[in-house]
Amino acid sequence: MVNTSWLKITKPGLYVLPAKAHIDPIRAVDTAIITHGHSDHARPGHKHVIATKQTLAIMSARYGENFANQKTALTYNDKFTLGEVEVKLIPAGHVLGSAQIVLEYENTKIIAAGDYKRRLDPTCVPFQVEQCDVFITEATFGLPVFCHPKPEDEIKKLIQVRHLFPERSIAVLAYSLGKAQRLIALLRAVGYNETIFIHGALKKLCELYQSFGIHLGSLQTIPLDKIENHNRSLANKFIIAPPSAIGTKWAQRLPDPLVVSASGWMQVRQRAKQGGVELPLIISDHADWNDILRTIQEVKATQVWITHGREDALIHACSQMGLDAKALSLIGYEDETE
Amino acid sequence: MKKFSDLLHSLLYAPQRSVKQAYLEEFIKNTKDPDRGFAISALTGELSIQGVKTHLIRQLAYKRCDPLLFDLSYDFVGDLAETVALIWPTKSEKDIEIKISDIITALQESSKLHASDYLEGLLDQMPETQRWALLKLVTRGLRVGVSARMARLALSKSYEIEVDEIEQIWPLIQPPYLELFNWLEGKADKPDARGKAVFRPMMLAHPLSETEITKIDFSSFQAEWKWDGIRIQLVSANDDLRIFSRSGDDISSSFPELTRPLEWQGVIDGELLAGTPLKIGSFQQLQLRLNRKKPSAKMLIENPVFIMAYDILFDQSLDIRGQTMEYRRGILEERISSDLKMPYIGLSEKLPNPNLSNLKKWREKCRAGGLVEGVMLKEITSVYHAGRIKGKWFKWKRDPLTADLVVLYAQRGHGKRSSFFSDFTLGAWTYDNAEEKKILMPVAKAYSGFSNDELKKLDKFVRENIIKKFGPVREVNKTLVVEIAFDSVQFSKRHKSGVATRFPRFKAIRWDKKAHEANSVSDLIAMIDI
Repeated sequence: MVNTSWLKITKPGLYVLPAKAHIDPIRAVDTAIITHGHSDHARPGHKHVIATKQTLAIMSARYGENFANQKTALTYNDKFTLGEVEVKLIPAGHVLGSAQIVLEYENTKIIAAGDYKRRLDPTCVPFQVEQCDVFITEATFGLPVFCHPKPEDEIKKLIQVRHLFPERSIAVLAYSLGKAQRLIALLRAVGYNETIFIHGALKKLCELYQSFGIHLGSLQTIPLDKIENHNRSLANKFIIAPPSAIGTKWAQRLPDPLVVSASGWMQVRQRAKQGGVELPLIISDHADWNDILRTIQEVKATQVWITHGREDALIHACSQMGLDAKALSLIGYEDETE
Repeated sequence: MKKFSDLLHSLLYAPQRSVKQAYLEEFIKNTKDPDRGFAISALTGELSIQGVKTHLIRQLAYKRCDPLLFDLSYDFVGDLAETVALIWPTKSEKDIEIKISDIITALQESSKLHASDYLEGLLDQMPETQRWALLKLVTRGLRVGVSARMARLALSKSYEIEVDEIEQIWPLIQPPYLELFNWLEGKADKPDARGKAVFRPMMLAHPLSETEITKIDFSSFQAEWKWDGIRIQLVSANDDLRIFSRSGDDISSSFPELTRPLEWQGVIDGELLAGTPLKIGSFQQLQLRLNRKKPSAKMLIENPVFIMAYDILFDQSLDIRGQTMEYRRGILEERISSDLKMPYIGLSEKLPNPNLSNLKKWREKCRAGGLVEGVMLKEITSVYHAGRIKGKWFKWKRDPLTADLVVLYAQRGHGKRSSFFSDFTLGAWTYDNAEEKKILMPVAKAYSGFSNDELKKLDKFVRENIIKKFGPVREVNKTLVVEIAFDSVQFSKRHKSGVATRFPRFKAIRWDKKAHEANSVSDLIAMIDI
């Protein structure tokens, strides 16, 4: 008999009662188990934080070394007892250090997958399939229109566009944690070995990735005051920047920039058009529709809980597969900054 | 097909007009007839394929996808063609070789059932971008940021011919515009409009800004009321009389009483209004007649309409668009008073002494009168020129009404707004007898008037204040007050509140106000025009 009464929804988020710990809480709590370093999941102010060492490092980089009184670093697949619950973290394939949280208590196994994906990403350990009773999933791309192409093919478009417009600089907009480093690594994987330029906001996190042995090759930060107007030396180069950089002085000084945006949202054309994107790349750090369904089948859960995203469609699809599904409608997790 | 889908893709992501136009020119130069003409007609919204309706496309999608999942996807994506293209299973990533003219011909000649099978077969062979282009082609409304005007500019530039010349013959030609291309390439004469009841592009007015008011020399302008109806063009040719809407759609069949052939030939510009020239009706009355393809005899008697004429473009076979407003006005007055003698046509009177204080006075009066929307100013020396020409015609609308309302429900927008809660249902206070207390009653729905920044803030408010879900609708805490502007308020039997607001839009978000400070339904009733 599956007993789920020990996992509650509280104001700060999911609460594991017999462990006295919250999962990715949106406000400060005593004990927080954090799936990954994105700022909507890893918020500051908790007393005790349990996460992978990479996630802890990301939080330190963001919030300072003393972001928590107590930090517990877990290695993937190491078991840890918290209160009366056996906890372990397994890879989620979302960003560096991202983890699914496996919870076992009174013969019921629940996995809170956090954000995850199943596609190629040279910067993090691939998603690990583990069977469970209850699978708690996100549904950012939980609609059948979202069928992401292979990132290997999408990245080739970036190489192509560089040959098409040799006088233009290529400004690639990507979320500063995860997506930016993944794009750099994907470019390296298809044999692009020249220096890649990065916006100052990415410097710290790229260095952090490199310190964990992720190969990003030669990077050069370009601060605002170092870009001359229409600096020819940046023509035909890749410049990676966070989406917020577009429209700023920094971006205006790039030579005739061709704006590329890399995100799962780029699949919806009218949305991709916003913000003057000329080349949309469908590269996502979240599972697409088919991968969500495949994952749900592979983990063999009988219950599916959905944290956030397009839950209506996923509930319907689960019920057609004979699974019990419900929406937790957790608030505070953004799906726009993908 | 490959060229067409590439063109659509390029146009969609081209950031500037000039780049879009360059893509169009290149396409026109490098594509053969009749494909280029069909492509342009698809871009300008003039291509119509009988029998292929959005309903058919949706039914096709339902064959391949769970209907509920499809509907949820459509709701999110906000564009039928794109939703189907994305959701359709891909068998091959290779583009197929087929001419769009062959597709159009096949669809135009086939029965509904056959068309459905044919489309299904094509969709199965195509990769996603081609599927999208195909569905865009057959469903109209391409939404790639190309206006009909831009297409004509591209033609004008490609063949170095004045765009006005192209504009003038446009109403005479049908897709795939072979006569046009033959003329442009010097293989045939210019198509001739004489004797044909065709639409001529209209001259439009600029809204009068505060700074312009101070600069205007009113003595060189003619003032009229801005009538609250719909803009039309009456075209009389050989035994044929037609009424066109502002966009050039033939709406003659909805107004049989106006379309009896006349002896006189020519083109008149005016406003379609409810009532008769002696007893003008309201826009609400006019609405009873709009969009009715074949009104009943009873409807014609109970809800008459007439034309308030204000300009004349052609008199007999003479094109007088190049003459001054003053000259045209003289002709118009003469035709209406003596030659036309149509009971269904009135003359839009000139307002005497259009100086600033009079204009202000008239504009104030609009609010109380209700049948006019404001005042028009037309330069007496202006020639009739298609489009919105700077400094020639101005409209000075009355100030909108405003009310403070409370946000009750929110829904996601469509297309590029699909990630934001951007559609709002707003309420005003009323006393509920059953509950014996004041409650908020929905009175308006608004989804415009806010900036992108404000939209983000509204979206954040919704996300943090959801208390209930009804399908796509989110009920929120009743704490946010917004100031709404609207053109008028009318009694309505269809709305529970008993009132309907016309064109409600956001004026300001009143973060400073509390819900109890919002207006009441009776405040709105007090604003109803008589």
